[in-house]
Amino acid sequence: MAKIKGDIVINTERCKGCEVCIAACPFTVIAMSKDVNSKGYHFAMKVNDECTGCTNCAVVCPDGVITVYRAKVTTE
Amino acid sequence: MEEQFEKIEIRKPENIVYKKTDLLVDRPLSYCPGCGHGTVHRMLMEVLEEMNIYEKTIGVSPVGCSVLAYDFLNIDMIGAAHGRAPAVATAVKRLWPDHFVFTYQGDGDLAAIGTAETIHACNRGENFTIIFINNGIYGMTGGQMAPTTLPGMRSSTSPYGRDVPTMGHPLKITELVAQLPGVHFVTRQAVHTPGNVRKTKKALRKAFELQKENKGVAFVEVVSNCNSGWKMTPVQANKWMEEHMFPFYPLGDIKVDGKLVEKKEMVDKE
Repeated sequence: MAKIKGDIVINTERCKGCEVCIAACPFTVIAMSKDVNSKGYHFAMKVNDECTGCTNCAVVCPDGVITVYRAKVTTE
Repeated sequence: MEEQFEKIEIRKPENIVYKKTDLLVDRPLSYCPGCGHGTVHRMLMEVLEEMNIYEKTIGVSPVGCSVLAYDFLNIDMIGAAHGRAPAVATAVKRLWPDHFVFTYQGDGDLAAIGTAETIHACNRGENFTIIFINNGIYGMTGGQMAPTTLPGMRSSTSPYGRDVPTMGHPLKITELVAQLPGVHFVTRQAVHTPGNVRKTKKALRKAFELQKENKGVAFVEVVSNCNSGWKMTPVQANKWMEEHMFPFYPLGDIKVDGKLVEKKEMVDKE
């Protein structure tokens, strides 16, 4: 069965930890990390594989740090 | 979990569905975390890229938080004196009528010190786009009260809330300019949710397409947050904006094709 799978890549160095993407994600794929980047912000990170590639997080991100991938994956 | 994804190899260049446009530089933006300016910058650059007019576009940056917009937007920009962006844009558009011109202004710039320039540029019906970011506060200078501050809203110069008898009423400059005959398209949008961001992008695209037809000013207001000035986290600020800003500044089109939209429709579109 073909299924739409998505993936996100977050540029953690540019993330400012505003958490707007967390509120925008319909599948709670994103959470804040305990680590900080070089500017001292807790950055967003992907915590599960529910992502469908809807691009909501990337669209609302004020700093444009999220790149979204989407592909059809065939599973048996 | 991330390793599982690499196994099925979704991260390929051909699978990219969303990526920050190259017209926005890679330098980190100077705005506070969660600020709407970054989103509006990105949507603006995406519109210029999709319309393929970025080589023929000249922007006028204001004074305010977005004074450094020329550092982030990889197009031709001019910095104007405080509030004078519409006057500078008038000159640019008249000298380069085949170019696309926009001003990018905050509420302190457009609705306070630049009220005269804004109203007269709109009344003359100049053919450029005005992008107005309204956060109800002077963000850059430390959260002082602006003309657009809501009644009862706290700011650093109205610590007990804006008192209307002594401090006056908030100025709905967008409704004001919508009355002028030189204005062709007026809309009010927001950028706090994915749906609203997409609507803002559509409104920006329409505003730039109208410049081809030389119909008059296209005025796009974006109600934005100022979490630093409002002393809230970005998510709280977005919620506060929904609860307090939107009843006073309802979202939706105010003037389309030179005709005012009935108020009933504005409420429905919210």
